[in-house]
Amino acid sequence: MSGYRKYFTKKILWFAVTFIVAVLLNFILPRLMPGDPVAVIVSKNAQGMSESTAVIEMYKQYAEEFGVNDPMIVQFFTYFKNALRGDFGVSFSQYPRKVSNIISEAVWWTVGLQLPAIIFGWLIGNILGALAAYLKKGFDKVLMPVSLFLSSIPAFGMAVILLVLFAVKLEIAPTSGGYGFDMIPNFSWSFIRSIISHYQLPFWSIVIYIIGGQALGMRSMSIYELNADYVKYSRFLGIKDKKIVSYVFRNAMLPQITGLALSLGVMIGGALVAEIIFSYPGLGTTLLAAITMADYPLLSATTLIITMMVLITTFAIDFVYGVVDPRVKAAQIDS
Amino acid sequence: MKHLLQQILQSGKFLTGFIIFLFILLLMIFYPMINPGDPLQTISIGTFAPPGTYVSMYDALDTELNVFKLDNAALNRLDSVLKPEDRVEMIMWFESAGVKVDVTLNDTEALLAAWNEYYDSSIQPSGMTKAKRNYYKRLNDNITRMLATIPKVIAKISEESGELVEVRQIKSTDYINTNKVANVFNLPLGTDNFGRNVLKELASAIKTSLLIGLIAGSVATLIGLTLGLVAGFLGGLIDDFIMFITNIFTVIPSFVLLILISYSIGQEQRGAATVAVVIGLTSWIWTARAVRSQVISLRNRDHVNLSKLSGHSFFRIMVADILPYIASYVVMALILQISAAILAEAQLSMLGLGPKTTEVPTLGLMMKWSMLYSAHLNGYWWSYFPVILTIALISFSLNLMNTGLDQVFNPTLRD
Repeated sequence: MSGYRKYFTKKILWFAVTFIVAVLLNFILPRLMPGDPVAVIVSKNAQGMSESTAVIEMYKQYAEEFGVNDPMIVQFFTYFKNALRGDFGVSFSQYPRKVSNIISEAVWWTVGLQLPAIIFGWLIGNILGALAAYLKKGFDKVLMPVSLFLSSIPAFGMAVILLVLFAVKLEIAPTSGGYGFDMIPNFSWSFIRSIISHYQLPFWSIVIYIIGGQALGMRSMSIYELNADYVKYSRFLGIKDKKIVSYVFRNAMLPQITGLALSLGVMIGGALVAEIIFSYPGLGTTLLAAITMADYPLLSATTLIITMMVLITTFAIDFVYGVVDPRVKAAQIDS
Repeated sequence: MKHLLQQILQSGKFLTGFIIFLFILLLMIFYPMINPGDPLQTISIGTFAPPGTYVSMYDALDTELNVFKLDNAALNRLDSVLKPEDRVEMIMWFESAGVKVDVTLNDTEALLAAWNEYYDSSIQPSGMTKAKRNYYKRLNDNITRMLATIPKVIAKISEESGELVEVRQIKSTDYINTNKVANVFNLPLGTDNFGRNVLKELASAIKTSLLIGLIAGSVATLIGLTLGLVAGFLGGLIDDFIMFITNIFTVIPSFVLLILISYSIGQEQRGAATVAVVIGLTSWIWTARAVRSQVISLRNRDHVNLSKLSGHSFFRIMVADILPYIASYVVMALILQISAAILAEAQLSMLGLGPKTTEVPTLGLMMKWSMLYSAHLNGYWWSYFPVILTIALISFSLNLMNTGLDQVFNPTLRD
């Protein structure tokens, strides 16, 4: 078996296992808690209802929908089968809309916002970090504390600051939403312009939030590589500085790729909360709505989709890493 | 040990971080001492009273007067009364009446001089509606009244006849010394949507949030350390099992687990301590991984082997032979965990899954409520900006201390 095939098969296997565990957790965590989940939901939804028969009816309906009368294992398989088909039931708070319908609308806003923002922030952060390590002196002295401070501001804090500065004070950007509230989605210039202008603030608040941490990581990686023996040896051999620097940054970049995969969950989590500040029509806002409205099916589906997003991106990065880093192939052939 | 401490204290980064952190701690400890009482107490009836010094008007009336003749008093009075939109309208009037004047919006004195010189209610500029002309008339009346120095009368309702009885006349030159007024207090950061004193709430929230960070960080470090030590030292099947779990949870975002668990616990059971423990339970993965890899590189060292041959117990080997080598790392990990946990609480609270609002203030809850009341859209900066700044500064100072420690322990990273 070729090295790559082995590496990718292993990764896919891991993906499958992690996916199953994720679904299992999503299913089991709310059910592990003391008390009857259906009773909790019904009591939340039945507030202010005086007729007891109606409450009982409600209980019966949700119990049916959750399948709580079946044994746990049967419940899980039903849940798993439905999740695979993308069937998450009907939303409580936006009845009779289907949960899958709500999610499929929101997910593209989030992907469209976060994927470019994270990639862009990661790139800029790495370039700045590498520059700081290479130029040292003044640039590093300024960049280091600034990135440390920027990475300390939570994404939602950044979002609020940008919102107040650019939307409320300077009035050059809209305050909320994904597009003008007076518009109906269509393919016209004015609509696309509206989407772009609503896109700016959420995008930049995520980018700035990511840049700091990445710059710091790349800086210390690059300093570490610049001090490595092969650099001194290459200098000794008289290899041009430019050439050495390209080696150094390639090597420093590799841990940064893995680092991106590992910190993806934290980044997405932070960015989702930043979405809420702008009432961006993505998963973050859906999550908030699900929690405030005690809409259990919607919450469960949203968290599952977020997990899926992180899983897929992580494994995509792993694949890229496998191709980029020659050591991966070598290691697999050796074993 | 002494040498190490010396080195740490010489690190500029550590020291800067430490000073910032100390400053936050001092605020947390001393403000409640100056201003004791329940931080959750509602003090203002309206929401979002702006920061400043508040003087009781009722008491001020009974305070002894001093008379000052100040040249700019009338101007200042007008300056604070003339709204920006009124100023714009005044300039518009000049334009539509065809008067050429050279004034700017903020130059109240010049604007007023021009207004007094040119404004004439009998002029009817073409195209101006009657309503607009009336508006200018009212504006002019207001300005004249503000500039006039007619005394104002304070009256009270007579108990017998129900008539107004004059108590006192107040002239435009009357001043009172705020030190002599019975009720004067300072709200450095105003009040929030519940009418609570923001600074007092903030001081209390810093305490709760740091406590949440400390509990969560300790729980996470303890679990991570134990699992890392066991997995790294024992190896074999136990290691495989622990690594299997760890690998899975590195990919499944802890943010999602946090949401699911917090939601399941329910609003009623969610106190600050519960939230802290839940955050700790979901964030041990990094510590476990790092400790394990360090232990693996240590477990075959000579001194460890010697201990094993001497028949020392697992516990003793851990404490005496392994822990001293990874202690610096564990301390740094703990610092990062604390800062991450404070952030996690803030994010959870923003989603509505934080501790119960009525029990304790936390940084996240303060943020959540001020966002719910759209403080950021209405310009009530005092209710959210200090909170963001505090979160950023806590996290910044902890990260700075961590970087400083890192440079002391890892010489390759030194500048």
